[in-house]
Amino acid sequence: MAHSSAVAVAAPHAGHQHHTSTGLDNRKIAVWAFIGSECMLFGCLIATYLVYKGRSIIGPFPHETWTNPQTGQVVQGILDIPVTSASTFVLLMSSLSMVLAHNAVVHKRQPKTTTGQRILGSSKLWLLMTALLGVGFLCFQAYEFTAFTHEGLTLSTNLFGSSFFVLTGFHGAHVTAGVLWLLVLLAIDMKRGLQPEDEASVDIAALYWHFVDVVWIAIFTLVYLIR
Amino acid sequence: MAQQTSVSGHSAEAAHEGGHHPTWQTYVKIGVLLTIITAVEVSAYYIPAWETSRVYVPSMLILSAFKFIMVVAFYMHLKYDHRMFRALFTGPLMLAMITIIGFLFLFGQIAIHLGLT
Repeated sequence: MAHSSAVAVAAPHAGHQHHTSTGLDNRKIAVWAFIGSECMLFGCLIATYLVYKGRSIIGPFPHETWTNPQTGQVVQGILDIPVTSASTFVLLMSSLSMVLAHNAVVHKRQPKTTTGQRILGSSKLWLLMTALLGVGFLCFQAYEFTAFTHEGLTLSTNLFGSSFFVLTGFHGAHVTAGVLWLLVLLAIDMKRGLQPEDEASVDIAALYWHFVDVVWIAIFTLVYLIR
Repeated sequence: MAQQTSVSGHSAEAAHEGGHHPTWQTYVKIGVLLTIITAVEVSAYYIPAWETSRVYVPSMLILSAFKFIMVVAFYMHLKYDHRMFRALFTGPLMLAMITIIGFLFLFGQIAIHLGLT
């Protein structure tokens, strides 16, 4: 009996009735296990990038200037730090809006008397904002990939191109999946309104989205800022 | 009987009000802090004295790790969540970090500097 009450207290976030042997929401356990496996995936991709770093025989290179021997074209370091800094800021802000969306769902039933409270309590607004910021990040990435291709860097150009496109491409694919997930949540919110009972569903999406953000924090430093 | 338990006891709202989840003000403060740290990182990249110094890489790694921890602890609520979630995340994360460090020692620039390859 004591065990039963202990596990019930250990799972305060579950909104829906379902059985669990741990006292924790099974969906949250699953998403954390998934995030753990994703840590190892991105860990391997980052390790591959770092191992190949500085080993490309031909350019373009990430930070160093390179002259194409065939065309005589001089290519400066190909990474565009100002653009990537802007996209990093966009993704960080998307994490903030996601956590505010989650907060809005949790406190949905609290009375909102002021405009500020209505804005803060609008889960639709924050979910839409998060999805738009995610799309913004993807636009930055599309711009970056296009610019690199025009500069002569493709997936098969050199070791840097291969490891860079695979690492950031995988991350971009995760952001795309996250945006789709957010749009589904937004559609549900528009249709019937997300309630505090739906907190776990929003929390799971939020966990995935924040994970995508922390992966980018690591990529931004290791790939872009450290020569 | 105790093995199967129905998870329903508290409403999400009550849990958050009575629990330890941060307020929206805290979330905004963390967002501002993350932005400031990112600005410092990018500025450091453009300051030659810092960028070429020996402290540049460690400082970038520390700032990045701090941002990582802030997001995971507060935005992902890992600081307040059950320890099983912490184990599910930190276990594979440690494994990933060991993999990265191991690969760098075996095949990367560190191996070249140490004359291992």
